[in-house]
Amino acid sequence: MSTLSRATDKDRWFMPLLVFDALAGLAMAAVMWAALLYAGDAVNLAGVEQVAQRIFYFHIGSNIAALLGFLGSVVGSIGYLVSRRLVWDRWAAASVEIGTIFGILVLLSGAIWAKPAWNTFWIWEPRLTTSTITVLIYIAYMLFRNGFEDPETRARFAGVYAMFAFLSVPLTYYSARLFRSIHPIVFDGANEEAQGGFGIGPTMGQTLTVAMIGFALLFFALLFHRVRQLEFENRINAVRESVDE
Amino acid sequence: MAESSEAERVTSRGGGLAAYLRRVHAVAEKDVRAEMRSKEVVGTMAAFAVLAAVVFGLAFDLRVPRPELVVPGILWVIVLFAGVLGLHRSFGSEVERGTLAGLLLAPVERSAIYLGKVAANLLYFLIVEALLLPALLILFDVNLFEPFILLGLFLGTVGYVGVGTLFAALTSRNRARETLLPVVLLPVLAPLFISGVGLTSVILDNRGSAEVWPWVGIIGLYDALVFAVAFLLVDVIWEQI
Repeated sequence: MSTLSRATDKDRWFMPLLVFDALAGLAMAAVMWAALLYAGDAVNLAGVEQVAQRIFYFHIGSNIAALLGFLGSVVGSIGYLVSRRLVWDRWAAASVEIGTIFGILVLLSGAIWAKPAWNTFWIWEPRLTTSTITVLIYIAYMLFRNGFEDPETRARFAGVYAMFAFLSVPLTYYSARLFRSIHPIVFDGANEEAQGGFGIGPTMGQTLTVAMIGFALLFFALLFHRVRQLEFENRINAVRESVDE
Repeated sequence: MAESSEAERVTSRGGGLAAYLRRVHAVAEKDVRAEMRSKEVVGTMAAFAVLAAVVFGLAFDLRVPRPELVVPGILWVIVLFAGVLGLHRSFGSEVERGTLAGLLLAPVERSAIYLGKVAANLLYFLIVEALLLPALLILFDVNLFEPFILLGLFLGTVGYVGVGTLFAALTSRNRARETLLPVVLLPVLAPLFISGVGLTSVILDNRGSAEVWPWVGIIGLYDALVFAVAFLLVDVIWEQI
């Protein structure tokens, strides 16, 4: 009965969320303007490479958001396994979902940039390897969750899986780095990371800051909405169960 | 009479490490005995492993100048895929026969059940690998019987079985079951796979044992972390049957 009366309550988070959405929207507009117009050109690059360099701001921004998603999944999973309150699990699930979208954006924007800068879309460089594996783990996590009916079981098992994922990601990075350092380097020059590198001027540094803040705000706006949605779903299920009984 | 006292010794809780190991052994023995009667896991895994070696041989025969270039990858891909094939049976057969509840009701620690299953699976894996290495030797003329390769393969298998058995327990309760196991398992195994391929390549390229130790270190660290986390979380999996 209490769930039923709660469900009919007024939604007190509606207005704050709307304000936050507007804030995130404005920040993203600022990111677009700063990345495409305000930031100076990379002086040591020319032609397509110079234009392509601007994807860097979206790349790093998405990366921040993906990283937040990863952290959110870990914190949410530990929180659930310790406290056994489903609200933690909803935060973990939402973090993974939003983090996956940004993770895919990181990979795509990186590949688009790499073609002019490295003359290839893809290399098995440690960071690329690790990001790819992380995105694959996220996708596996979502598929895994889908297969459980009972929310408690789903939360427990997803938490266990997230712990193993958390443990394997840094090791993936180290093993991939070792793999590359032993193997011959594909590109000319001592360090392939230096390929397409550029010095950061003041306007570029400011733009980078704006991009990181903007994408973080966008991440949290999407996250709050998704968590809220999952909470509604949970309430609807509770109401449905009480009606069935 | 002797039978019942054996059962009592196994089921009595406490009693230190020796008693715990006896419980682990009892679970493993039960699995191995069931496998010896049904023969559903090892045979399938071994047949798949050899078949996959043949398929890889056909795929790469005329395209690769020196088989040493691809054999490390082939070895570990086959181990990975053959393993997935066997692992899901570890709990899948229990769920199908409805014996999982009985197993969980047995008066032993959950971690002992887990470790017993790990031991049984490890045995299956090692049998399959013992058949796979000669098959690769014949098909590719690459000798993988080097001490470091065997060490890496063993340690890698231990870590693989550690994660794999736990994930098999997780997916046995899932609607998608066996289809899901490789999807959740393979990305988490990435460090093991990369290190295994790296280690095998170092040996086959004769680059000296100094370059081997970092790989052994990563695989060893992976194993240690896997079993530490598994022990922490294994009780969480079977809180309710």
